[in-house]
Parts: sequence; structure tokens; C-alpha cells
Amino acid sequence: MEWVNAVIQGTLLGGLYALLATGLSLAFGVMRLVNLAHGDLNILAAYLALVVVTATGANPLVGLVAVVPVMMVIGFLLQRVLLNFALGGGVLPPVLVTFGIAVVVQNVLLDVFSADSQGLDAGPLENASVTLTDQISVGFFPLLTLLVAVGVLLGLQFVVSRTQLGRALRATSDDTEAARIVGIDHRRLYSIAMAISLGTVAVAGVFLGIRTTFGPSDGPQRLIFAFESVIIGGLGSLWGTLVGGVALGVAQAVGNQVNPAYQALAGHLLFLAVLAFRPSGLFARRTARQV
Amino acid sequence: MSLLEVRGASSFYGDFQALYDISLAVQEGERFAMIGSNGAGKSTLLRMIAGLLPARGGGIRFDGQAIDALPTHERVKLGVSLVPEGRRVFPSLSVEENLLIGGYRGRRGHWGLGRVYELFPLLKERARRSAAVLSGGEQQALAIGRALMNNPRLLLLDEVSLGLAPVVIRELYDRLPAIAAAGTTVLIVEQNIDQALGVADRVACLLEGRISLAGRPAELTREAIAAAYFGI
Repeated sequence: MEWVNAVIQGTLLGGLYALLATGLSLAFGVMRLVNLAHGDLNILAAYLALVVVTATGANPLVGLVAVVPVMMVIGFLLQRVLLNFALGGGVLPPVLVTFGIAVVVQNVLLDVFSADSQGLDAGPLENASVTLTDQISVGFFPLLTLLVAVGVLLGLQFVVSRTQLGRALRATSDDTEAARIVGIDHRRLYSIAMAISLGTVAVAGVFLGIRTTFGPSDGPQRLIFAFESVIIGGLGSLWGTLVGGVALGVAQAVGNQVNPAYQALAGHLLFLAVLAFRPSGLFARRTARQV
Repeated sequence: MSLLEVRGASSFYGDFQALYDISLAVQEGERFAMIGSNGAGKSTLLRMIAGLLPARGGGIRFDGQAIDALPTHERVKLGVSLVPEGRRVFPSLSVEENLLIGGYRGRRGHWGLGRVYELFPLLKERARRSAAVLSGGEQQALAIGRALMNNPRLLLLDEVSLGLAPVVIRELYDRLPAIAAAGTTVLIVEQNIDQALGVADRVACLLEGRISLAGRPAELTREAIAAAYFGI
């Protein structure tokens, strides 16, 4: 029964990893941008929520209404004034630029907030739980996290598959030059994509901040979990990302059940196994890309 | 006033000069064909007009407005639509989505989903399918339909016949009068001389990046065209 519990808790944690990974997957899918600052921007969102909570005394979940728009604006501007100039010259420039952003964000956070670990307090919500059987109870907050993750993914799925913005995103991902030919301003579209990406990162940042403590140097570890979720699920597939996040969460929870020291290790092992046996991921999109 | 006026424009791929001092004028409502052999610079010319390649020296005017400095998407907004070489339909979009994205700029006019489906009924039958599974001719029809969805004032057609069976080429060319009748000016690039002469009001020939001949089809002799085409 402990194992069933581990799988359930892992699944719930996986929702959060999926949420964390979605933005990374989107940025890569639309503009082939590997955003190495993804984890640090996630931490930045948590600190922004901390500032909002401290200033207003609001619940961090309510603080989302401020943190998400602010992160979206940051994403839009970051893309517009910096990242757009790094794209189009091969894979290295965006990697170097986002690595630079990661270093800057970490140090600014360290300078402003010190190295102390912080947490977001969501009040009694954090400890409420639903008892399923004698041995298994599901925390209300982890359940909410998974539901929010699925909700965000459903929303994104709707935008990508049903709206003109989504069609433009897919078209630009297929063939940037052909997208320009139909009148798409690809640079502006990239800015919008980055805004959406950081909007999801903000949600993930606040939920992670409530769940665990965070410090200025925790970004790279978040980045690795996001990467692992994306790779396990398969690039370019939103639902693949959800499956990837859940698989990673379950692996970590089961590893934790074996020995608490093995939590992260179990996730990495699953990641390596997927890379070795199914490198395109569990749900890889199967369209031939035009070069 | 000409709808499109190119004056003394050159174009380069890196250090390689593809177009030398090109001047041409296309009148509103006209069907203008640019012929020339492989590598003569025909596609380069269309890419330059569409804004995918910069014009160096000289200038390009559209409806009297200088458009040299405008990015591609701004030119599309003014009504310059390119049907690119190799068709370049979006494989992860369905046929209908390819058409809808063609109307991205929201220019109003004669063409809409219904009219394009009337022009190419085959596309309607395949509306929900992925554009990637269409045949070459169907993809070409889709690429033309996608460009029409922008309600262009100037339609740039690049090598429509490339790699297609003669019967398919004829079918596509049979649609040109309907497109011109809707008021669209058409600039066609063709390797196939007979095809181009058959539909165009005026023709020009490109040879190694320079215009080697220009005139009305009826005024040009086969010898003159052959000389301008092959440079002999």
C-alpha cells in the first residue's frame, strides 16, 4: 500500500513538473530556443510572489493574478530586446545568452533576497487532505496542483489547435520563411510565445514555492527537472509533456520510497533509460520537419 | 502609375551577385511573365519583391509607395503575396488551416474560404487532412489558395509548374483567368516558355541576372526568345 501511495503522490507531483516543463517545451517547439534560464525564471516568479504576499498579505494563490502578468511582460520584453537578436545564427548564441540571463537572475536574487531559503505560505489549504483508505490520503494542495496543471495544458492545447494565434505558432514552427510569406511577423510571434512560456513558468513557480522552499541558486535543478519531463514525454507534444512530468514524478516518489536519498537519482535513471531506448520520447510528434 | 515598379535593383547571396540593375514595371490588372533558365535569377527577383532578400541600390515601389525598407509581413499587409518555389505549405496544419493562416493579415476582398474552395474543389474534399499528405499538384493549389486568402493586389507565382505532370499544370493555369478577373495583378515566373507565353499579357526574359528581352508575346519571335533565354 505504501507503493500505491508513492505512485499517487508521484503522479500529483508530476503535474507540477509538467507545468514547469510546458514553457520550456513551447519555447523550443516554436523557435528552437533552448532556454537555460528557464529554472531561474521559475525561481524569480516564486520571489515575485513572495514580494506580493509580503506587501499585501494575500494568499500566494491570489498573488498569481499579479505574478503571471508580470512574468508574461518580462517574457515578452526579454524576447523582444534580447533573445530575438540571438536567434537565427545557429544553436550556440541563444544557449549562451540564456545562460547569461540565468547567471544574472541568480545573482540579482542573491543580492536582493540573500541566500536564505524562503517559502510561500498558502495557509490551512496546505495541510488539508482527502482520506481515500486507511493508508492513503491525498493532499488537497497536490491535487489542486495537478488539476491546475491539466487546466493550463488544456487551455494551451485549445489555443494551439483552435485559434489563429495557435495556427501561426505551428506555421512558424514548421517553416519560418513561409510564415513570413503569409504575413506573420515571426519576431513578434516569438515575443508572444515567450510571454505564454513565462506565464506558465509563473504558475509553476508559485505552486512549487508553496510546496517546497526555494533559494536563489535552485534554478538549475528546476531546469533539469523541466528538461527531463520534456525529453521523457517527447518534444513538441503538450500531452507528452504531461506524461513526461508524471513519469518523472512517479519515478522520484518510488525512488524516495526505496530510500529518501534516491529521489532525484530515480528520476535521472528514468531519464537516461528513455534517452537510451526511446530517444525521441514517449509521445514524439511524428511530422517530418521541412528544412 | 504602375502597381509594381522595380528600378535599378541588384541582389546578392553573400558575395554572389544574383541580379544586376533590374528595372521593370507591372501595370495593375496585368499578367506579367518572367521567363528564364535555371539559375537566371527569377526566384531571386520574386524573393526580393516579397522582401525575403534585400534589394541593393535602386528601389522597389508598390502602388507608388517605396517598400524597400518594409519587412515581408508589412508588404503582405499592403497586398503583395508570394506563392513560393517548392510550395512550402505547412505540414502540421490541415488544408483548411493552411488557408485560414493565409488570411492572417485580415485583408478583405473577393477571396475567402468559400471562393477558394470554388476555385479548387479538391481542396474542399481534403479540408481536414494534413497538408503533408497532399500530392504535388494539390499542394500547389493549396499554396495558391493560401496566397489568395490574403486578397493580394499583386500575386507572385514562382515556378508553379515545377515537378508537376502536364495535365496538372494545365489545370492550374486554367485557374489564372479567374484569379485575374477578380482584379489581382499576377507576376509569374516560369521556366516553361510556352506556358508563360500562353497566359501573359507581357513577358520579360532573365539571363544571368539581367533582363535580356521584354515585350508582348505576339511581338516576340521564337528566335529572339531563344537567344534571350539561352544567351546564344
